[in-house]
Amino acid sequence: MTEGPLTLAEKIWSAHRVMTLESGAEVIAIDRLLLHERTGGVALKSLEEAGRTVMHPSRVFATMDHIVDTFPGRTDKTLMPTGTAFIVSTRESAKRHGITLFDIDDPRQGIVHVVSPEQGIILPGAILVCPDSHTCTQGAFGGLAWGIGSSEAEHVLATMTLRMNRPPDMRVTIDGVLGEGVTAKDLALHLIAALGSNGAKGHIIEFAGSAVRALDMEARMTLCNMATEMACAGAVIAPDDKTFDWLEGRPYAPKGEVREQAIAAWRALYSDEGVVFATEHRFDAAEVRPMVTWGNSPQHAAPLGAPVPADALSKADQQRAVEYMAVTPGEPVAGLPIDAAFIGSCTNSRISDLRRAAAILKGRKVAEGVKAICVPGSTQVKAAAEAEGLHEVFLEAGFEWREAGCSMCFFAGGESFAPEARVISSTNRNFESRQGPNTRTHLASPETVAASAIAGRIALVSEIAA
Amino acid sequence: MTPLVTLESRAVPLLRDNIDTDAIIPSREMRSVSKDGLADGLFAGWRYTAIGGREIDPTFVLNQPESKGAQILLGGSNFGCGSSREHAVWALAEYGFRVVIAPSFSPIFQGNCIRNGIAPIVLPREAVEQIAAGFADGTPVTIDMPSCEVRMGLAVFPFSMEDEARTMLIEGADAIELTLRHRAEIEGFFARDAAVRPWIYLAD
Repeated sequence: MTEGPLTLAEKIWSAHRVMTLESGAEVIAIDRLLLHERTGGVALKSLEEAGRTVMHPSRVFATMDHIVDTFPGRTDKTLMPTGTAFIVSTRESAKRHGITLFDIDDPRQGIVHVVSPEQGIILPGAILVCPDSHTCTQGAFGGLAWGIGSSEAEHVLATMTLRMNRPPDMRVTIDGVLGEGVTAKDLALHLIAALGSNGAKGHIIEFAGSAVRALDMEARMTLCNMATEMACAGAVIAPDDKTFDWLEGRPYAPKGEVREQAIAAWRALYSDEGVVFATEHRFDAAEVRPMVTWGNSPQHAAPLGAPVPADALSKADQQRAVEYMAVTPGEPVAGLPIDAAFIGSCTNSRISDLRRAAAILKGRKVAEGVKAICVPGSTQVKAAAEAEGLHEVFLEAGFEWREAGCSMCFFAGGESFAPEARVISSTNRNFESRQGPNTRTHLASPETVAASAIAGRIALVSEIAA
Repeated sequence: MTPLVTLESRAVPLLRDNIDTDAIIPSREMRSVSKDGLADGLFAGWRYTAIGGREIDPTFVLNQPESKGAQILLGGSNFGCGSSREHAVWALAEYGFRVVIAPSFSPIFQGNCIRNGIAPIVLPREAVEQIAAGFADGTPVTIDMPSCEVRMGLAVFPFSMEDEARTMLIEGADAIELTLRHRAEIEGFFARDAAVRPWIYLAD
């Protein structure tokens, strides 16, 4: 065992070290593998073609989220021309290998990073991987979780391990109190704007500090979700009573005596006093404002009302972004008319997100000509929202109310927003053509999306509250 | 996997920062549950004049005659960010690229490259720009994996790469095969760990 003070990530990592190879790389045990139909199906197919079997199917879970349609009454048919093949192939492979599948009509179905915490699949101290870049979302539970490729997923299927070198540690400490109406999404965009899209390259980020501890579990997931937009290798938050309480009674979480034993072990999951991180950053939560992106990288973010950098046209990547997004350097994006508003994705589609958006929409109408869509992150979130009448608020305001899935967080060749549509979106990526051919995506919190949908332009909640 | 030991080729400059996997292979171009048939969709949003179309955009660097047959691609920082889709690497490989040189890579993309026989080589931005400048003259670039060097004319650019990754590329190794040689140790680990963390182990 390693001597001296340890980081949280090192504690978890060393508990999973099967062996160190001659090359210096390590064989690391993987506790949970999650798959979805877009990248998981091909991993399973490739495994079969190589004549291999799944080593521990009970620890592998699959869901339908990326390609499945989100229209009411959906079936295996998809707007994406060849989407059905992905769904059918993943389903058949999962069945053949005894993998637990949350299929289209399963009440547990939904976006992988929403479903896994809901079911208690991610646990503190666990290592969970998934061929999806936003897997780091689940580090919010004090486990290590990161995105992998399909070949690595195949490696985990066959060996329940990965061969890796341990990534270096970075601590991002955020103390202080977030202002009124400032959310975890705004905090995430604030950090990305400050550190850059390459700011955490290859590091496991530990989010720490009083502002992080003050976040509820769903907000912690939002924060960790966006960490991948800084090129991190993973993100983690030390678990606490909020974490343990949130997981209590979830189907795959420990129960009874084993739960007590687990919690005792989980309480040791924190970075030791005096431990040295490869990189440290500190932020003051009080300085964070409601944020919105203006360009084509999540790092192109600024407080709502602040101008697009006046010198943007002198920088190659920003110049391209300014042209693509049709924004004006020196002028804010706030006030720009929008064509569409989207609430959904693994970043902001949980029940708390829908509640906060609905509170703004209640008794108001979406501006004429704005296509507004709400896609709950899971079938369970949808059911919970309907039980408290949130769907009626969304529908009466003029939002579409969809079945759970990734939906138009990205464009897969089927449904999309109109070419060059300006979209305010609670999602995580504003890349070129991300939500449809040449769409212009502005990332923001669900609150800002709701307020903008009503105003018909990019707007602060306070602007419509009057 | 085809071993990658040394290689000589032109290096195609595409020096934008944050080239994401959506740009490398748009989601709409991933049409089947397969690693094949993706080369046509490589950089589809930039290679063709219209989204979904196949009319060549002659201004895009990959469409210039000097790029024909090139096996080395030069990129900007944070290359391969965005979605974890391995299709981006499969598309690059099928198109013929064996090496991508950039100031930095997204971690998932970097891992995907190594597992598919593409060397993700990190060089300082100035070095990448210097290599890019040789493109127009047709100066060949040499990749030497055993000595960890990129060479162009008299210039030598040393790079570092983790031993595990470099060995896998040079040997064209199958990672699963290598790991399964340790199956006994892996199962032994799980047996010991199940006593310590029983909540992790569900019934197969």
